[in-house]
Amino acid sequence: MSELIDVVLTVNGVPRPLSIPARRLLSDCLRHDLRLTGTHVGCEHGVCGACTVLVDGLPMRSCLLLAVSVEGNDITTVEGLAEPDGALSAVQQAFRDCHGLQCGFCTPGFLTTVTAGLRDNPDPDEQQARDMIGGNLCRCTGYQNIVRAVLRAAELAR
Amino acid sequence: MSTRWFGQPIPRVEDERLLRGAGAYLDDLGHDALAAAFVRSPHAHARITDVDVSAALDVEGLVAIYTYDDLPDRLAEPLPLLIPHPTLTHGRTPYALARDKVHHVGAPVAMVVAEDRYLAEDAAERIAVRYEPLPAVVGIAAARAAAHLVHEDVPGNLAARMTQSTGDVDAALAAAPHVLSLDLAIERSASTPLEGRGVLARWDAEARRMRIWSSTQTSTGVRAAVAAKLDLPLVDVDVITPDVGGGFGVKIMHPWPEEVLVPWAARLLARPVKFVEDRREHFVASAHERGQLHSVRVGFDDDGRLLGLDVRFWHDHGAFIPYGLIVPIITSTQLLGPYKPGAYRVTFDSLYTNTVIVTPYRGAGRPQGVFVMERVMDAIARELGLDRTTVRERNFIEPHEMPYDHGLVFQDGRPLIYDSGDFPASLAKLKQLVGWDDFEQARETARAEGRRIGIGLACYVEGTGVGPYEGGHVVIETSGKVKVATGLTSQGQGHQTVFAQIVADELGVPLDDVEVVTGDTRRFGYAVGTFASRAAVMSGSAIALAARAAKEKALRVAGDALEANPDDLEIVDGVVRVVGAPGAEISLGTVAVLSNPLRYAFDTAAQAATQFASGDPAKPPVPEDDEPGLEGRDYFSPMQSTFANGMHAVVVETDPDTAEVKILRYCVVHDCGTLINPRIVEGQIHGGVAQGVAGALYERMAYDDAGQLQNASFMDFLMPYASEVPSSVEIDHLETPSPMNPLGIKGAGEAGVIPGAAAIASAIEDAEGIVLTSMPISPSELWELRRSKETG
Ligand code: FES
Ligand code: FES
Repeated sequence: MSELIDVVLTVNGVPRPLSIPARRLLSDCLRHDLRLTGTHVGCEHGVCGACTVLVDGLPMRSCLLLAVSVEGNDITTVEGLAEPDGALSAVQQAFRDCHGLQCGFCTPGFLTTVTAGLRDNPDPDEQQARDMIGGNLCRCTGYQNIVRAVLRAAELAR
Repeated sequence: MSTRWFGQPIPRVEDERLLRGAGAYLDDLGHDALAAAFVRSPHAHARITDVDVSAALDVEGLVAIYTYDDLPDRLAEPLPLLIPHPTLTHGRTPYALARDKVHHVGAPVAMVVAEDRYLAEDAAERIAVRYEPLPAVVGIAAARAAAHLVHEDVPGNLAARMTQSTGDVDAALAAAPHVLSLDLAIERSASTPLEGRGVLARWDAEARRMRIWSSTQTSTGVRAAVAAKLDLPLVDVDVITPDVGGGFGVKIMHPWPEEVLVPWAARLLARPVKFVEDRREHFVASAHERGQLHSVRVGFDDDGRLLGLDVRFWHDHGAFIPYGLIVPIITSTQLLGPYKPGAYRVTFDSLYTNTVIVTPYRGAGRPQGVFVMERVMDAIARELGLDRTTVRERNFIEPHEMPYDHGLVFQDGRPLIYDSGDFPASLAKLKQLVGWDDFEQARETARAEGRRIGIGLACYVEGTGVGPYEGGHVVIETSGKVKVATGLTSQGQGHQTVFAQIVADELGVPLDDVEVVTGDTRRFGYAVGTFASRAAVMSGSAIALAARAAKEKALRVAGDALEANPDDLEIVDGVVRVVGAPGAEISLGTVAVLSNPLRYAFDTAAQAATQFASGDPAKPPVPEDDEPGLEGRDYFSPMQSTFANGMHAVVVETDPDTAEVKILRYCVVHDCGTLINPRIVEGQIHGGVAQGVAGALYERMAYDDAGQLQNASFMDFLMPYASEVPSSVEIDHLETPSPMNPLGIKGAGEAGVIPGAAAIASAIEDAEGIVLTSMPISPSELWELRRSKETG
């Protein structure tokens, strides 16, 4: 039943060889096999967005992907968002500046989503900022400061 | 002087870690642990006739399967009833694993432990439980009718009936020139933190000690419960609260069945065991709140002043009542809001149904109470043709009437006495903020464009900072760093930041030198927990007192060393110095060294200390009235709660075709006493408002008649995304300091959610000219109301 499959996943630029069952979700693989626990799981049915990671730069829900299916892709998790010198990225810094997080459980999914979103649209207006985070759930912040953080991140990146 | 941190909207010290993905939530811990999964009841009410585990036994990686019959001693008894009450005559609590019967969908029947969660679920799937279904009691009407019983030995499905009153309501209503009757309903919703429940336990067989991590709002509560259930000395149980991904009430309930079963299994198996709830489990096996029906009679005079208020309501508490009557007691008392009710009588029935249990969810009974009272205010205004704000103004408790005694008993068993608040000033601010008096113009403009808009408001008073106590511990280390601990827990409120702000000010040390730990019983053993907007009031005050004690000692020791009177000393940036004598100074780290007669020179502070003589040669090295070290510990235990208040106004637009409701403006005036960190308080309001909007327009628990929860996923339970919340929340603060605590603060955690349903109902009514009696309201329900109005 749990025949193991050998794969090499590229996560935050580092190749990681693994032996995992075919049914292992990417979210579980990142969290429990690779111990990159920054990616969170809020629903496991693709709705909350907490598990969002970047796959070849595109935001994807790691709870809906099998780990074995992303061999050969570039995966970026929240742990890989900081600048090469270790400083917070513009998006991370903006969330801090704007109090865009409370419990922080949803935050990694927002950070990855917004990182990709600002790459597509570096200069969003308020409505576009709201749309950018429109698929992620947060129970703490009421989204007010997250929208502000998106706008602030765009400003910081300029 | 150094910066004063209290009152500053500084960024949070928690954030850096969380933003890098370096938080440590429950499921981020215990990678070596076995995983637990549960077989849960698919029936709302059934007798268990057989549990057959044989097909599960050859699942690879299976370690153990437990059913009720395996539970020893006290673990086999029903779980505790946390808060008994004399009127709770028929309190029933569940077994940790179902015994003979299940009473709601999701009830735990068997626990499976395996090498990982996938394998545990494989095994759980193969366990065959045979049920003989029984009729399910779903909803308040069925519970009251009592054609079927949830518990055979509880007649009428009635756990408790409680009445409180002041004055002669019958006489007041009989004499009142106007009397109205209203029937009002609020649906179930739930806290729904983004992280579910979870618990990890490690048994140290050599030391015979249990260490538990739980995603809880009360580590001390879990600790005491586990010690009792597993027959362990309290001192041999540690409970640590890791980062918690939101709570909003549901995690104050304890012990959950899993919280006692997982440590028990860890001890039996001598291996760490972890349970992490999934989303469906959270919907069907944790807790909900809000479901209540209310029937009100109100008498008032020609000016709209209340003469008598008679409230009867029915509270659906689900299959068991482990948390007692807190929610309906809060509704009973906080319903009164900022108003003088005249004579008042309230009676509630707390009823069993075959649904998941009810425990407090942010607001805890207040949203229902405020909905009732504010509907009453709007009904009076409509009846008399008065402005809705006028009726409210006429019924307000005036500032000169504070403290105001309602003559009732509050949730904490103490008299319901408001300590402070200026309601007319709050309302004036709100009217100004939303432009209440100019709204008719806006309405006309909109109407000319074929749009319907409406305005509404709602007022509330919230008892916050309930006792009995919290404590704080402050230790200044020889490095000069200040380590602070308090026993209550954090779920994202920024306690590490605000408590550090308090301590930095009290001690005169840099903010970066202060580190705060919450919810770790190894650091602080006595605590109640985080609920009822009590953390800042209770632990904030206790920590301030503890810091003052540490400071007093620091000044005394430094006074000795500097040969100065402590009254002439000040602490600035972590250095004690003689006021007006430059150079006469000593760092707090060095003072910490001097405070301990055992002085090995491990560090530079200790070396620096050698230049100072200290201690009285006529006394022992540690005098009788002293102790070694530079620490302060104190507790805060107020006589009663402190009462915050606020008022919300909402402008909505309703779509003439689709009946969709759009919030155009959301305004908040909020008085939570003095603000430690305005940015954090505003964040709390934002989150609360979103939950208020959710409860008004989106969220409900859709049980069918068989007791199946039809929307137990984020696909079907409409938790708001960014597109569903108001695009901005306009906030104005009023700061009426509380006289009940040393910092003048009142709680802020729940405020945002409380008046949401009431204010939005008021605004929709105003837009539509339709009377609303039940919330939440969906577009199709509003559309139906329109249709029945048109057809008369
Ligand atoms: S955990 Fe993947 S979307 Fe919620
Ligand atoms: S910060 Fe808690 S869920 Fe978003």
